Amino acid sequence: MDLFLSALLLQAGYNTAVVSIGAALLGAGAGAIGSFVLLRKRSLVSDAVSHATLPGLALAFILMALVTGDGRHLVGLLVGAAASAGLGLVAVEWVARRTRLPEDAAIGAVLSVFFGLGIVLLTVIQSLDTGRQAGIAAYLVGSTAGMLKSEAETIAVASFLVALAVFVLRRPFVLVAFDPEYAAARGIDVRRTDLAMMGLMLAVTVIGLKVAGLVLIVALTIIPPVAARFWTNRPEPMVVIAAAIGAFSGYAGAAISSTGPGLPTGSVIVLVAFAVFLASLVVSPQRGAAAMAFAQLAFRRRVHARQGLLALAHGEPIYDGLTLRVLRRAGYIRRDGVATLAGRAAAAAASREEAIWSLYRRLNPVDAANADHQGLVPLEEALPPDVVADLERRLRGETGLTAAEAAR
Amino acid sequence: MSEFLMLSLVPMLVGILAAVICALLGNFLVLRRQSLVGDAVSHVALPGIVAAFLLTGTIAAVPMMLGAAASAIVTVALIELVRRVGRIEPGAAMGVVFTAVFALGVLVLEQSDTSTVHLDVEHALYGNLESLIWFAGATGPSALVDPAALGELPPQLGRLAVVLVVVAAFLAAAWKELFIGTFDPGFARAIGARPGLVGMALVVLVAVAAVAAFDAVGSIIVIAMFICPAAAARLMTDRLAPQLAWSVGFAVASAIVGYVAAGYGPLWLGFADSVSAAGMIATVSGLILAVACLAAPRRHGNKPQAA
Repeated sequence: MDLFLSALLLQAGYNTAVVSIGAALLGAGAGAIGSFVLLRKRSLVSDAVSHATLPGLALAFILMALVTGDGRHLVGLLVGAAASAGLGLVAVEWVARRTRLPEDAAIGAVLSVFFGLGIVLLTVIQSLDTGRQAGIAAYLVGSTAGMLKSEAETIAVASFLVALAVFVLRRPFVLVAFDPEYAAARGIDVRRTDLAMMGLMLAVTVIGLKVAGLVLIVALTIIPPVAARFWTNRPEPMVVIAAAIGAFSGYAGAAISSTGPGLPTGSVIVLVAFAVFLASLVVSPQRGAAAMAFAQLAFRRRVHARQGLLALAHGEPIYDGLTLRVLRRAGYIRRDGVATLAGRAAAAAASREEAIWSLYRRLNPVDAANADHQGLVPLEEALPPDVVADLERRLRGETGLTAAEAAR
Repeated sequence: MSEFLMLSLVPMLVGILAAVICALLGNFLVLRRQSLVGDAVSHVALPGIVAAFLLTGTIAAVPMMLGAAASAIVTVALIELVRRVGRIEPGAAMGVVFTAVFALGVLVLEQSDTSTVHLDVEHALYGNLESLIWFAGATGPSALVDPAALGELPPQLGRLAVVLVVVAAFLAAAWKELFIGTFDPGFARAIGARPGLVGMALVVLVAVAAVAAFDAVGSIIVIAMFICPAAAARLMTDRLAPQLAWSVGFAVASAIVGYVAAGYGPLWLGFADSVSAAGMIATVSGLILAVACLAAPRRHGNKPQAA
């Protein structure tokens, strides 16, 4: 625990601190770009991209091992990974655009075939017998243990640059994500914006390989944005929240992972992010499951209260348990089911509203069909005051219905 | 000849069986736009196997398969739950759930003392087809008719054969329902063909197939076999039955060519060691798909072509 606290507070040595900050920046960049990708409904493209890094990674390792004798140079590996991931991305786009296959089939095909090719190359590396191939396995599930200081710094700087690019390009990204046609009409090149979006996602994926591993890096671009989506309905706040969740997951995950063996960084980061997602799913006030269930319950109570009051007004007996409970709690009926004074008044008011609604439905059937929950919101909130006044006047017979209206 | 029987016959047959099983089911996944269900299901096989190992303490095949199948079904249910409760688009819901389950599996695997048994992430991802050696095959072709020698065949072969029979039986029995449910779920519901139930059965079979194949060939190749042969077949024809036939052909071709290229290709090129057969089979299936994308007769379908 002490170890964890000191790691969290950046007291566990310079290396751990740099790795934690690097992971936090990575999480922020991934969350930010992932938000736009999610809004564009292309989240799983990043899955194809991350798996497609493997052959490039392996090829770069082989080339560097042959030339310099050591294949474990981070930047070189990342350049190779980016090249093959870019190829994978182009392949997904091409297959989805130029053949009848849907995008999900293209994603799955690219993902598995590139990964298969990567595995073939990995076995080639094993037979190369350089004795230093262990470094490459860290890219499968991610490992920050034994990460060099320079590597951590590279990751931190690159993540920061990605976050900056997302910030600069946020407006075209939002437009294209929500309404590509409108964006095109505004003079934005949709294809190039998409390309930039996917390119930044590719960059995050490649940068994060060493930290999270290529199977799990995709989670960093999906889970924080999905969690953020629960907290807001507007794109800019969503991007900021997603970046914050990503940063927190990366930071806490790297810190926890540094406290002991057997805590793979990628897994811990993803599980922290997933915990944030679960919490958001349950407690978010706008779209959370708890808030939804509560709203559903309140809605049921309103329906039962309304029906109960109408029954009271018509002098009909009430048998439903929930209706009785709701009316009793509101003080409309006594324990023996007889209406109180307040109950009679409310019942009369409900009955009058119902009469007005039924007149409104007769006069304006189309508008009425479009109005929600008739009778569940107070009349004065559902209809403009002049309409209510007019309906009341007609109901009292002051103007009366015209002959034609009465016939309808 | 006896060397072939001992070293290559069984891996080749296992590769072919796994490829054909996955390809048959993959046709429906591709047509239903559920290709990535295969992806999710094969990723979560690892956590299921780890859980089964922790619960039973053995690496016997049956608990492993049950664990993986249970994990796949739980994952699919979780995806559906997250999608409905959170009102999230299906792709993102899938990405959230299966990565989290996989992460949990890796974490538990690292935490628990599994170093004594052969259970690790690399193995789960790319399998080990080459380890399926049939020692009795060393005696030569006579082993093929010798019951004692046949009894020593690696158990993966028998398991996959059983799964193939089950899958074929399911396709034959539910053909009409699958067909209608795949192309017109609304109509299927209207005439009482139970598209939901058939869809669920399909997912369960996908999980079973993934698990059975996973043990021998690893999860990535399983995804390749679910998607590539079926996708290539989709570009060859507009009719379902011929599409299934094409996909089986592509699957068999991928398995044989891939295995031979991995086992003997490097030797022909003058290298000493062979490369991963599972990876090579996936690569070959991808090459077949690439050729189909470029030249297959129905590659554009009715999609209007951008100039």
